[in-house]
Amino acid sequence: MALLEMCGIQDVLKNKTEDNFLSDMKYLTANFDNQMHLSLPPFANPAEDLGLFNKDEFGRPINFHFEHGTTCLGFKYNNGVVLAVDSRATGGNYIGSGSMKKIVEINDYLLGTLAGGAADCVYWDRVLAKQCRLYELRNGERISVAAASKLMCNMAYNYKGTGLSMGMMIAGWDKRGPQLYYVDSDGQRIKGNVFSVGSGSVFAFGVLDTGYHWNLTDEEAHQLARKSIYHATYRDFASGGLIRVYRITQDGWVHLSTEDCKDIHYEFEEKKQQARMAS
Amino acid sequence: MSIMTYNGGSIVAMTGKNCVAIACDKRFGIQGTALADNFQKIFQVGSHMYVGLPGLATDTQTVYQKIRFRQNLYELKENRKMSPKVLLAMISNMLYERRFGPYFVEPMVVGLDPETAEPIIGNMDLIGCVNQPSDFVVGGPCSDQLYGMCETLWEPNLEPDDLFETIAQALVNACERNAVSGWGAVVYIIEQDKVTVRHVKTRMD
Repeated sequence: MALLEMCGIQDVLKNKTEDNFLSDMKYLTANFDNQMHLSLPPFANPAEDLGLFNKDEFGRPINFHFEHGTTCLGFKYNNGVVLAVDSRATGGNYIGSGSMKKIVEINDYLLGTLAGGAADCVYWDRVLAKQCRLYELRNGERISVAAASKLMCNMAYNYKGTGLSMGMMIAGWDKRGPQLYYVDSDGQRIKGNVFSVGSGSVFAFGVLDTGYHWNLTDEEAHQLARKSIYHATYRDFASGGLIRVYRITQDGWVHLSTEDCKDIHYEFEEKKQQARMAS
Repeated sequence: MSIMTYNGGSIVAMTGKNCVAIACDKRFGIQGTALADNFQKIFQVGSHMYVGLPGLATDTQTVYQKIRFRQNLYELKENRKMSPKVLLAMISNMLYERRFGPYFVEPMVVGLDPETAEPIIGNMDLIGCVNQPSDFVVGGPCSDQLYGMCETLWEPNLEPDDLFETIAQALVNACERNAVSGWGAVVYIIEQDKVTVRHVKTRMD
């Protein structure tokens, strides 16, 4: 204490202690109170200049090794919405996981799929879940899928250019019936009947577009979704593992199946073999 | 993007008791897209001698043809069969010719010595630096994973059946952690009196 008095700073510390504490709290725990406030890089114009810092001293890009490859699909039909995803997580050629959960249950009537940066998707889906719950408590009714997807799209747009990487489908059932939106980190938000996202989406679309029509039965819809994802896991190196399928009806989402794509492969192989024998 | 992982595909070879084994996956792809599940990367170049060529698929085929060409010249001129050790030296020499513009393959040779029946395995880098260990060699994009599996599973003096189990488990499980390897596997067990070829079912994702 003597040292403080000698230096004449005891008053300064005493007066500012509480303020400092609160302001320190605010700056050191940026997203503690407000999850939508991430700490930004310590320089001006982060959106434009962040790119300059993603290089090392030799000008080579610094790899963040985000999980990128994925296959997700979703489609509306007369009796609801079906979502299906694979479960492989890759970093380059390395397979980090074969059992990742790429469908997030936002609430009983809303599902989101993940593609792109896993951490980004999981974080912002969690923030979205909170926002949706708050909406429900404030307004006494469930949030519409249009509003939920717009919340997500606005949050993504706020951080546009900072390197967030997300491509997600938000699906649900609200007053207007089955709903399906595609939202990504560029701030894009599209409403549609059929979507597929990720590196394996081209293969999934090939099967999906062949078999899709509005009047699918529940069973046909389930089989089409799982078959489309299976074909993507077969051809695409960044898709594989377990295949999860969900359906959303007016009573909320139901989990239809989780199967290893290896089992589906040999099931289809056997069917092909039988067809060959029959002909 | 690395040119060595452009097409994918990995190979492993192991020694056993009076026998030797080599195994590879069957994937042929272009970067992320798998195109074929029957691509040949292991070639027979003698009664008890095989060569494996992991790397860029076009060079796998070119280098195989060049190996056959030089081997035929040798066998005609010398009027005797080539031994694994000679083959290793010859391939090394051939690759170093292209020191400044190499073929993108890391050849692997396995065989039984024609004189002593001793199991021989060897591999080299893409410009011909030979490595001839007594236990196992690996190559291709999942060689890290293969090293891990081999260090754990391999033990000296494995009988042919045990050697098959060991090498198949090592290859299949290593490939399951690598996105550009897999899509089926084939295992060759080379013994003094016979060679057994087995195709192994794997995950297809």
